[in-house]
Amino acid sequence: MAMTRKQKRLVLIASAGAVLAIAAGLILFALSDKIVFFYTPSDITKQNIAAGSRVRIGGLVENGSVVRDASMNVTFRVTDTETSLTVHYKGLLPDLFREGQGVVAEGVYQGNSDVVADTVLAKHDENYMPKDVADALKKKGVWQGGKTQ
Amino acid sequence: MMVELGHFALIMAFATALIQTVIPMWGAIARDPGLAGMARYSAFVTFALVLIAYLALTFAYIGSDFSVANVAMNSHSTKPLMYKISGVWSNHEGSMLLWVMILVLFAALVALRGGGMPERLLASVLSVQGAIAGAFLLFILLTSNPFARLADVPLEGQGLNPILEDPGLAIHPPMLYLGYVGFSVAFSFAVGALVHGRIDAVWARFVRPWTLLAWIFLTLGIAMGSYWAYYELGWGGWWFWDPVENASLMPWLMGTALLHSTVVMEKRDALKVWTILLSILTFSLSLLGTFLVRSGVITSVHSFASDPARGVFILGILTLFIGGGLSLFAWRAPSLKQGGLFAPVSREGALVVNNLFLATSAVAVLVGTLYPLVLETLNGSKISVGAPYFNLTTVPLFVCLLMLVPFGQSLAWKRGDLMGVSQRLLAAFGIALLAMMATFAITRGGPVAAPLGLGLGVWLIAGSATDMITRCYRRGLSVSAVFERALGLPRSAWGTALAHAGMGITVIGISATAWGVESLAVVGKHQPLSVGPYTVSLEQAFKRKGEGFREDVAQFSVMEGADARGLIETSKRVHTGREMPTTEAGIVTYGLGQLYASVNEILPDGRVSIRFYWKPLVTLIWGGALIMALGGAMSLADRRVRIALSAKAKRPSAVKAEAKA
Repeated sequence: MAMTRKQKRLVLIASAGAVLAIAAGLILFALSDKIVFFYTPSDITKQNIAAGSRVRIGGLVENGSVVRDASMNVTFRVTDTETSLTVHYKGLLPDLFREGQGVVAEGVYQGNSDVVADTVLAKHDENYMPKDVADALKKKGVWQGGKTQ
Repeated sequence: MMVELGHFALIMAFATALIQTVIPMWGAIARDPGLAGMARYSAFVTFALVLIAYLALTFAYIGSDFSVANVAMNSHSTKPLMYKISGVWSNHEGSMLLWVMILVLFAALVALRGGGMPERLLASVLSVQGAIAGAFLLFILLTSNPFARLADVPLEGQGLNPILEDPGLAIHPPMLYLGYVGFSVAFSFAVGALVHGRIDAVWARFVRPWTLLAWIFLTLGIAMGSYWAYYELGWGGWWFWDPVENASLMPWLMGTALLHSTVVMEKRDALKVWTILLSILTFSLSLLGTFLVRSGVITSVHSFASDPARGVFILGILTLFIGGGLSLFAWRAPSLKQGGLFAPVSREGALVVNNLFLATSAVAVLVGTLYPLVLETLNGSKISVGAPYFNLTTVPLFVCLLMLVPFGQSLAWKRGDLMGVSQRLLAAFGIALLAMMATFAITRGGPVAAPLGLGLGVWLIAGSATDMITRCYRRGLSVSAVFERALGLPRSAWGTALAHAGMGITVIGISATAWGVESLAVVGKHQPLSVGPYTVSLEQAFKRKGEGFREDVAQFSVMEGADARGLIETSKRVHTGREMPTTEAGIVTYGLGQLYASVNEILPDGRVSIRFYWKPLVTLIWGGALIMALGGAMSLADRRVRIALSAKAKRPSAVKAEAKA
């Protein structure tokens, strides 16, 4: 049973359409559900972010705020010099994590200025300030660095 | 002097690239063989000039000439020779020079091997290559001059960024660039065909080896980059869905689609317009990748220093070539002779499905990579699109694609017999199912996705094996006769089987990451810590000085039950010069798995805070990629593919006859 030219073309277009529709559906769903917004500590309090949302926060590690315990739990405060948040994290911190340096943490906002992070990033370059942090701090007028090198 | 010569050669190269762009294209359009003939010579001259510039910079590095700003900032007189040479591409200026050098190298190779190509096609291909080279040479000369001198010559250089000081990273960028830039040849061929107005199986025959070559290098480059990130960054992950990684994955996905569609075009003279479009898109994604990495528009854990002027310039180049290529496509493609339609159930039908899935996954990765940029531009909100997005979009597409691969591989051209193929694949399906069930039984209560993924990997491998067996084995044949038939099969058939099996191996490796075990602890001396099947205990923690660094080392012994399995060592290293700390992971391979140690801190009381991973079957991830590349190399070695590269094939008609034979 040979297919006519028209039928062949229909099969081709229908299967392509099906794959594209599924892909578009996946992309749209993932974009609405799986992305994480970036906030500064001030944004979190000002915008009344709901407890339980997944957030990415950035700022400076507050001096003297890093507390480690024996089972590798770390607590530190992230500040944009206006407001600060407490970040709880278990695991190894990046090599360049230091007090007074820029940091980005991703995790779940617990409400009450508390974030339980599962990822903490500091860039592998001594002059590096994460771009998001630099922009946020520049807006506050705290940090004047011209280049995010 | 040498440095000025290099700079001068680079300026001259820009001039010859312009000649290479204008005159051959003129010749191709005006049908003047004399002008078109200029293409090959100008391609050779441009290559020679860029090579001189590149060698001049390399010699400045080897001779530690710190009057050159680039050398002073990225090298040190005490570096081993290998890192002086690789230091050339450790920075923006030098790596752009390497990029252009590979580009003109490909143009020169096309010129060298293109004796059998129609003169007008060769002229327009080399003209487009010249235009791309010219644009990037201008970019280097205006915004990123690697030969700039310093007024105050420092006595010593600042040294290489220590995380770049690694044999893996020394060869990773050239590999990746050979892949990225190699796709420019397919782009130039597409534009050449559009200008030329003729496109047929012969065209596909010429373009396929170049695509294959670029694909092999890109596969190796990505695998190497992934392994480097795995052991150097000390996080134990092998893929981070970082924008820079996506930048290399997108051309790989599109290029893999292109590789398969050129086969359809070559064998069946179909999918022509689509293949042209894929050629343009693949290189566009390479250019986009260059833009993302070099402009710093995206926050990435990998990105080097960035400069807005450079970003705007590359964006200009990007717009020119992608926009130009696509406009030309829109204008000329309708006038190309369409290929024929074909039966949905056939090898070519299956390859269309392959193209559909690969191209859509490339688009999914593209959307996720660019969405943060678009959203920030539109309403200023900052988002991050991470692994959850990419896993959710690409994994289902890939699972569907890979389930269909063994069918496509076994279907005949023109009209496939789906029932027959299914019967032949029954054994392979049984083996995959059995492997999956057995793994389920053994790892009862473990992650569900892992046995499923393992089954999929086995299905791919068994499917490839079935295809080879049905090609060689006939009832009643002796073993030696079967062996002879196997050797007699075209190398491209072996290449396909190897590449698909390699993909299966990688899939098994990726699935097995779900069985990985992580142990985080602060341990004292001789205090045992269990990591999967192993028990580790701290033997000693001490300080050590090495060449160019000092480090705090933690040494652990590894026991499996009662058997000692050696030592594993990890350290926190501070590199003198830049005073930059890095974690040196300790990795020991047991069978196909790896034990991975990463020290966090050595406490003043001698205890060590440490992270251990047991990663079963993890080496398969990169092993599979190597086999995929080997499969590509096997196809490239096929006589029928190679003949298109050979200068001996003078007449295209001869090649065409060969194709039908």
